[in-house]
Amino acid sequence: MLANLRQVFRYRALISSLVARELKARYRGSVLGFLWTFVNPLLLLGIYTFVFTVVLSGARAGTRPEPYALFLFCGILPWTWFQSSLLESCSVLVAGGNLIRKVLFPAEILPAVTVLTGLVNFCLGLLVFAGVAISYGRPVISGDLVWLPMIILVQLALTLGLSLLLSSLTVHFRDIRDLLGNLLTLWFWGTPILYTVAEVPERFRTVFALNPFTHLAVAYQEVLFFDGPFTGWRPLLVLGAFALLVLLLGYFVFDRLRDTLAEEV
Amino acid sequence: MHAVEVRDVHKIYRRYGRRKSFGTLKSALLSGGVLKNLRPDGVFQALDGVTLDVRQGSTLGIIGRNGSGKSSLLKLIAGIGKPSSGTIHVSGRVSALIELGAGFHPEISGRENVFINGMMLGLSKAEVARRFDEIVAFSELGDFIDEPVKTYSSGMYMRLGFAVAINVDPDVLLVDEVLAVGDEAFTHKCLEKFAEFRRRGKTIVLVTHTLDLITRLCDETLWLDDGRVRAHGDPKRVVDAYLTEVAGTENRTEPPAAQPPAASRAEAAQGSAGRWGSQEAIIEQVELLRDDGQPAHVFESGQPMRIRARVRAVRPLSDFVFGIGIFTADGVCCFGTNTQIEGRVPGEWSGEGTFAVDIDRLDLVAGAYKLDVAVHRQDGVPYDYHRLLYSFRVASPLKDTGIYRPRHRWTFDGGIGISDANRDAQP
Repeated sequence: MLANLRQVFRYRALISSLVARELKARYRGSVLGFLWTFVNPLLLLGIYTFVFTVVLSGARAGTRPEPYALFLFCGILPWTWFQSSLLESCSVLVAGGNLIRKVLFPAEILPAVTVLTGLVNFCLGLLVFAGVAISYGRPVISGDLVWLPMIILVQLALTLGLSLLLSSLTVHFRDIRDLLGNLLTLWFWGTPILYTVAEVPERFRTVFALNPFTHLAVAYQEVLFFDGPFTGWRPLLVLGAFALLVLLLGYFVFDRLRDTLAEEV
Repeated sequence: MHAVEVRDVHKIYRRYGRRKSFGTLKSALLSGGVLKNLRPDGVFQALDGVTLDVRQGSTLGIIGRNGSGKSSLLKLIAGIGKPSSGTIHVSGRVSALIELGAGFHPEISGRENVFINGMMLGLSKAEVARRFDEIVAFSELGDFIDEPVKTYSSGMYMRLGFAVAINVDPDVLLVDEVLAVGDEAFTHKCLEKFAEFRRRGKTIVLVTHTLDLITRLCDETLWLDDGRVRAHGDPKRVVDAYLTEVAGTENRTEPPAAQPPAASRAEAAQGSAGRWGSQEAIIEQVELLRDDGQPAHVFESGQPMRIRARVRAVRPLSDFVFGIGIFTADGVCCFGTNTQIEGRVPGEWSGEGTFAVDIDRLDLVAGAYKLDVAVHRQDGVPYDYHRLLYSFRVASPLKDTGIYRPRHRWTFDGGIGISDANRDAQP
């Protein structure tokens, strides 16, 4: 396993070239270029903002954080990265079957490239976020920002772990992808992205605390949206440890299934 | 020194059969456990105890019917997949030409694809950059290298794929039937590249259905049948044994005499000299004669030689070709020809007969030589093939080197003073 990890490290130039290729290939020949990546989140942003501040502006309107669109943005950006990485991981090995069957090539590079491509898009999205924040007249730079790389790293480990797990399992069970699509919808609504964690009724708090993405979303919101010092570092560290475990588990499963991949894809 | 060592390798593929068509998590859960579902319904033995050594610097050809395990073996040697049991050891960098341009992305330029493909094959970015010009030159793409790969013709695509793979500069090159897809010029180019590889002492393992390529390129040939090694050794002999068998399965209605005799099969598994064929026609005697008509073993360089063979058709034949081949002691073909190459059309042949080949001047340098004599069908299936069974020596007072001694003379002009010490010795 260590030898494999070393091999992945040896291939880092290839990984970065593949990420660059993914980005280039996706946007070549399209007019809006990389902005397409944000069309869907921006659309969601518009819809949710309209629905929750105009249509459903009932009793609870006052409890919503303001400006609501910016608050939503903090949660939707990392969620988009997470969701698209996992969904694409399910098909990346099958799509790259030619490589796995015909070239000696560590297959874990493929899901890793998917997750890292998502990371690049996420970082570009942060720039868009900064632009929107400025247009709302809110400070962009704050001391909390030092935590941002840490939060991103935790999310990276968690996403990569799940990605490895899902990509190798999907080769054997193709319907994981459909299952995952629905699971992710459930997961999205069960995560404080559209609402703050404070709005969640007391009796559901434990359930929410068990959702790893709750802590990520809250961390992003605290660092990027709310004023004041970042207080959520303790759950973030616990989540970091958990993410590492997930990464190890994902890699372990991937490694065990490695030899079957070339036969099954 | 062996570049590739394969020891008792078995490869078992699992078959999932019926369930695979409905192979979903749901059915796995319903039918009792995901883990149980990961277990196969049956197995397919692709390789069954293959043992094999490939000497460093030699070229091995692998032949066999479709599904005989050729590609499986190649993939295992390449490290794509592991053997179910047994060991494989390869020394040095391996490059596998299994599918050209696997992993090219259609949307980005040839240039970027070269870098990514090169890195996939194990080069660093700097190494690709260093070889880049050579790769582009070989692929003959010119300015197209900056166009997206999707705009390439299939020939351009393959040339680029081949150029990258070959420039990885492997110690062991594995080739799976890639030459079958290119046009004449491309194939020729690839063969030249292989020849260069061989000169540089690299090892090549070649899987192909082009049997002609096997006899031209390979030092040794492996015949796989049903995952087992059927024969291993001299290319010509293994290819002929294979052809005989293929012809045998094609014409199952023929009398048993058409089957290769058991002796030749056993022979096929060892040694490089031998005799094989269906024995529908038999070469009964071969003689080498001097110009005075006497059988001889030693011939003077530059003197005539007559190869005379007495042959017999066991049944009347209308499809037959006579051929000879002269080889050096280390197996380099000096000359080979047959009646088909020289435009002789077979008529009817029954019973005894003789044929002879008269060589007016045996312009070979001194040394030991071996002779093939054969009679076979026009499609190459042998009736009786005598492989390196006859030998002769060429004697010469001169110690010149090489194989062929063309008639030649020296002339000197101007201020060069030079005299001939053995004027009489020059034939």
